[in-house]
Amino acid sequence: MNAFAGGLDRPNSYIGRSVSRPNAKRLLEGRGRYVTDLVLPRMVHAAFVRSPYARGRIVAIDIAEAAALPGVRAVFTGVDLAAICTPWVGTLDHFAHMKSPPQLPLPLEQVSWSGQPLVLVIADSRAIAEDAAELVMVDIEDQPALADPVAAMALGAEPLNAGFSDNICFASRLDSGGVDDAFAASEHSVEQSFVFGRHTAVTLEPRAIVADYDPSEGRLTAHHATQTPYQFQDVYSRHFGLSEANVRVIAPDIGGSFGMKLHVYHEEMAVVGASILLGRPVKFVADRMESFVSDIHARDHRVTARLAFDASGRIAGMEVDDVTAIGAFSSYPRTSAVEGNQVVRLMGAPYDFAAYRASLSVVFQNKVQTSQYRAVGHPIACAVTECLVDAAARHLGLDPFEIRARNVIADDNYPRTSPTGYQFEQLSHEACLARLRVLMDYDALLNQQAQAREKGVLLGIGIALFVEITNPGPAFYGVGGGRISAQDGAIIKLTPAGEVHCSISVTEQGQGTETIIGQIVADQLGVDRATVRVMTGDTDTTPYGGATWACRGAGIGGETALQAARKLKANLLSVASIVLQAQPDELDIRDGWVVERTTGQQRISLAEIARIAFFRSDTLPAGTQAQLSVALHYVPQGYPFAFTNGAQGCLVEVDADTGFVKVLKHWVVEDCGRIINPLLVDEQIRGGVVQGLGAAFFEECLYDEQGQLTNASLADYLVPMAVEMPDIAIDHVETPTRDTELGAKGCGEAGTAAASAAAMNAVNDALSGHGVAMTQIPMTPTRILRALGTI
Amino acid sequence: MTAKMAISLTVNGEEVETLVATRTTLADFLRQDLQLTGTHTGCEMGACGACLVLVDDRPVHACLMFAVQAEGAVVETVEGLTMRRAISDLQSAFHERNALQCGFCTPGMLVSAYGILAAGALPSREEIRDALSGNYCRCTGYEAIVDAIEQTARLRHEQEEQA
Repeated sequence: MNAFAGGLDRPNSYIGRSVSRPNAKRLLEGRGRYVTDLVLPRMVHAAFVRSPYARGRIVAIDIAEAAALPGVRAVFTGVDLAAICTPWVGTLDHFAHMKSPPQLPLPLEQVSWSGQPLVLVIADSRAIAEDAAELVMVDIEDQPALADPVAAMALGAEPLNAGFSDNICFASRLDSGGVDDAFAASEHSVEQSFVFGRHTAVTLEPRAIVADYDPSEGRLTAHHATQTPYQFQDVYSRHFGLSEANVRVIAPDIGGSFGMKLHVYHEEMAVVGASILLGRPVKFVADRMESFVSDIHARDHRVTARLAFDASGRIAGMEVDDVTAIGAFSSYPRTSAVEGNQVVRLMGAPYDFAAYRASLSVVFQNKVQTSQYRAVGHPIACAVTECLVDAAARHLGLDPFEIRARNVIADDNYPRTSPTGYQFEQLSHEACLARLRVLMDYDALLNQQAQAREKGVLLGIGIALFVEITNPGPAFYGVGGGRISAQDGAIIKLTPAGEVHCSISVTEQGQGTETIIGQIVADQLGVDRATVRVMTGDTDTTPYGGATWACRGAGIGGETALQAARKLKANLLSVASIVLQAQPDELDIRDGWVVERTTGQQRISLAEIARIAFFRSDTLPAGTQAQLSVALHYVPQGYPFAFTNGAQGCLVEVDADTGFVKVLKHWVVEDCGRIINPLLVDEQIRGGVVQGLGAAFFEECLYDEQGQLTNASLADYLVPMAVEMPDIAIDHVETPTRDTELGAKGCGEAGTAAASAAAMNAVNDALSGHGVAMTQIPMTPTRILRALGTI
Repeated sequence: MTAKMAISLTVNGEEVETLVATRTTLADFLRQDLQLTGTHTGCEMGACGACLVLVDDRPVHACLMFAVQAEGAVVETVEGLTMRRAISDLQSAFHERNALQCGFCTPGMLVSAYGILAAGALPSREEIRDALSGNYCRCTGYEAIVDAIEQTARLRHEQEEQA
């Protein structure tokens, strides 16, 4: 475990080094190749007619006028696509009694949310397709929408879905025992109710697909802006009855995903179906309005929680009730229950207490689906826990650092199992908390705050601890019957020029996957990283694997690359030992040369090894079969997940007159184990923090009582912009996992996990003199002024 | 609406004379008619900045302008700025600082940065952030972008002082 030669003092020692991304150069020159840019011969364009109602019965659809418009090549309704596509159901077996209705690309009888695609128009250009879509006559009998989750789950509420007796998609209870006793025995308790609004990923490149079905070979090539090409190969193959080997999914440059582009969407399925029906390429790129009404949304939780603690602030027990509203269906194939499940299982995770009880209700309503988006469940669990801890601190007059120091699981007290069953190998809350205090210069901040308050300026300081789930094994989806792989695969080969080509199943969306894989391969092989080419995102050219999600790219993909590189290195040294008449263990590879292990003296270059093996094998002893390509698959074993942890701090200024909050500074201390590239890790964290601050202050999908999304544009839905965001200081604690040689855990969701919690605590600290606390995000000026009683 | 008009303009230093539908935006014209796919569209309502190009040397939202309105104009996209090495230092600073992730906002960011730096002053971080307030980036959190522009401004300023 963790046995690789560490340190940055050797040639080609790239693990742990900040290096820039080779593949960023083409993006900087406008040479990116996004699905949005793709043009294929005979390609036609898709536009959708969407439901104007959140709920209704389809009475009639008249496509005649649309179909007659010049340039329109086809108009498809639900019946056309149902004939070639089997329905899908968004449940997983390990969520007991979970239910969700079957879904088709386009509905046959019922519309279930406003914006649901109803009719697909195919034309020579997107503009013509949109013109024609306006000519489709749709008669829908409007039905009363269930837009409020509490009403939807109420006893006796009319079931949205035919065949179901209620609107509960999934419910579960956790009880470690002892909760009632803990509350009865504790001197103090705090209870708060929280509302977490819906928000959405708002990737700058919207969803995009070019489906290209070739009937001569029965072959589907989907150029699909997704994180998970193999998952979609499986979905397209099974639901359209195509041979899996005949389905190729290519994910080229992706303009952001954050989880949003790994779900199955009705539009993409309809476009694949249209390509099959037409035998030509069909392109669909969502426009921004379509993105808002059809991309998955996230969060939408109402949580009531209470915390029992003694006079010294020691936590004795916690109880949580979470109601989360997901939309009319559970999403496929990862479901819409994972977020709620992670909310109730991550509550209280940093702290040392045993008595925990939770109930979770995942509720259908007439809105677009919610599902996994960056930091799935973490921001909710973190904000609830950390707000309650701060409320307890305020109740007792304790400093926020002090109450946490008294309650975190001690760094020397691992391995540990949480009351919710999560197994923690080794976390570092004490170290992170101490490091955060230094990074923030907390004592100076307290002085600054006191001085500001004398001038009537409301400065607030907030901190939050978090635990993050990374490197998931098959317990995540596979055990529930999901055909979503927990393993990854790599092929590494030496080229005849002595360079290296690595194709790997983890994927790139800009976080730097290809860069870190190149670093690991070069480091482990002993070559200049400029000689390593990494390929990702194509099911035809990379081995089967799970790809990039749930912070698994570095930890699992990285270990796959490491093991594969070591295997190739052993093969290269074997050939070299034959050529040099030496023992393999006397040799090493440095800077592209086979060297004497002890002296470093260069013996033969990899280019020469490759030349001999590929072109002059006649000079090698009989029976020598040089293996200069290796394939390797790796799946995590040991702990089911590699949990990580960290701490964040936030400094805000609240304007009590206007309700506006200025975020002045944000700090993060994070422990993702072995850091492969500090530059990239820090930028993952910064980007994650800003998504969390967006949720805290700006972002919310606002619906009216009829289930209409009222702010479905980038002018109305507020995202964080440069001028509103602070500089973010970052520090690290490094606790490698011992489950892998590499020791890396994930970091991509860490920033988002705790940023909104730290921001809530900062705002509440600023408002503490007014005796009010915000328990709803986003914390808009209106809500702050309401809390202050100003309006 | 779909009738075509003749237009004549300069794009990235090359004369373009063609017919274009009157309803085609400059962004769609660049991307679809000229295959200059470095210019992106993210919102098509002037909010996100992904489509920024230079029209007569000033940053303009190509999604808010019809192609026919560019008659006689000099239009420059990220491809053109790259070719004439007008932003090499910015691109290098963005690369070294990792001031991009998915890269979808990057061409617009570079055009904005070109405009900020063209003013010739040495902007503060706050001024850079303010000037980027029409450029949406979902990946980076902006700090690296501000750093890269600040660094480039400083280097240009130093070079001018030496000259």
